[in-house]
Amino acid sequence: MSKRKAYYASKLRRATHLLFYKRHKKPGVKGWELHKALGPDYPKVLKLLDGYLKTLDLQVKTVFEEERPIEKPTTQQLDRARFLITLRGEITPKEAKMIGWRVDDLAGLAIAITYIISKKGKSPRKEVEDILRDKLPGWKIGLNVDRYIRYGYLTQDENEQLYLDWRTRAEVDQNALVDLILSHEKPS
Amino acid sequence: MQSKKEHEHLGREKLQRIIDTCKSVEDRSLDPFLVDIKGNINTVKEYFPEWKIPEDLCLDAETVHHLAYVTRLQSDWVKHRSTSLYTDPFLLEDKIRRMEKVDIVKNFVKIWRPTIELEQISLRSLTEALEYWDSLLPLKERWKESDLGKNETGTATREQLINEKILRDIAFSEELETFWRELKNTAEKLESGKIRYWNFIGAETYNETVQRAFMTSFLITYGYATLEIHPLEEEIFIVPSQKPAPRTDNRQQVSIPIAVSANDWQKWKKGELQ
Repeated sequence: MSKRKAYYASKLRRATHLLFYKRHKKPGVKGWELHKALGPDYPKVLKLLDGYLKTLDLQVKTVFEEERPIEKPTTQQLDRARFLITLRGEITPKEAKMIGWRVDDLAGLAIAITYIISKKGKSPRKEVEDILRDKLPGWKIGLNVDRYIRYGYLTQDENEQLYLDWRTRAEVDQNALVDLILSHEKPS
Repeated sequence: MQSKKEHEHLGREKLQRIIDTCKSVEDRSLDPFLVDIKGNINTVKEYFPEWKIPEDLCLDAETVHHLAYVTRLQSDWVKHRSTSLYTDPFLLEDKIRRMEKVDIVKNFVKIWRPTIELEQISLRSLTEALEYWDSLLPLKERWKESDLGKNETGTATREQLINEKILRDIAFSEELETFWRELKNTAEKLESGKIRYWNFIGAETYNETVQRAFMTSFLITYGYATLEIHPLEEEIFIVPSQKPAPRTDNRQQVSIPIAVSANDWQKWKKGELQ
């Protein structure tokens, strides 16, 4: 094995440990932590790791502090971003159950996210709860919204306004979700 | 013909109305275009030459601030409409309401990429834990009982407890009433019927000053007096109530912290603080 290859192989192992294991309250690692642990060429190491993970249907996801994804990020933007490992392909509703999500709760999450997107990323909690009341039993609504907030899908300010949080930005393709919902036709 | 005073009063009301409208748009995510920015700016301009006192100028600045914020919301709104994420919220809401739960989930899982996270012990954390364990002192060494010595128990008289300031020689309510009468008598001698905070609480010693500030806080809490604060002039007045009026309404009370430091007391003694 060439010296260069060995160098990147060891960096890849280190990056895998950092990214897979939850070290803080939130999963994933901040860019500056990777910078410190892997050196300034950490974006290249992550690119290599992403290539390896492709065969396992996983990917390295970058969540920028800014709300929208950035095409050509600067070193500073990368250092402030959060890096996570997410699934690359689709899962089935059955698999979702296996990772701890009931159909009800997942439908509630999808509705809450879609509704907030339609309201330009900000909506009063009461409105979100009202729309959830259509599909979920009343006693579950508040609990579910709190759970979505706790997991990092939504966040709430002191005026009880809900916003999309870091996990939605990491895990959900917002454009695709809106397109799918709008283009859904009821089977005849 | 409208008098100058009435004109100013009307101006203040109009500015307050503009602020309230802007706030409702900001807080309730209403359509920012409901606010007529140009018309409101004209109103602000119209009344600006009338404002002389700082309160009115602050009201003017606050109005401009809220109008600026709504203008930013309008800009965001236009930007959002021009992106691919814009969808008519009613259309989307209607779709969500009509879709079955299972269909929503089927669509959601197509675009959902859940995060992978493991919460397992690693060899590295195990090594760190072992090192920590090795360096940890045994409990009996960490929690060594300190030798406090033994105190003999005995009895104390009421006078001793009063001297130790554990008991008071008069009931607190009586003390409060006496203090309120003192405040009333002092304020009545003044033309304005109110007294500056430091002029009332200030005493010969710092300890006594703190004690008087403590009692004053109870006078205000229990409705024996009210505080009048002039933030721009940095003046605080105490206005005694004619009768103790306990607050029984449901209005939320506000706590106002007032520092009574030894430095402030010394400044008051030198006449630098009122």
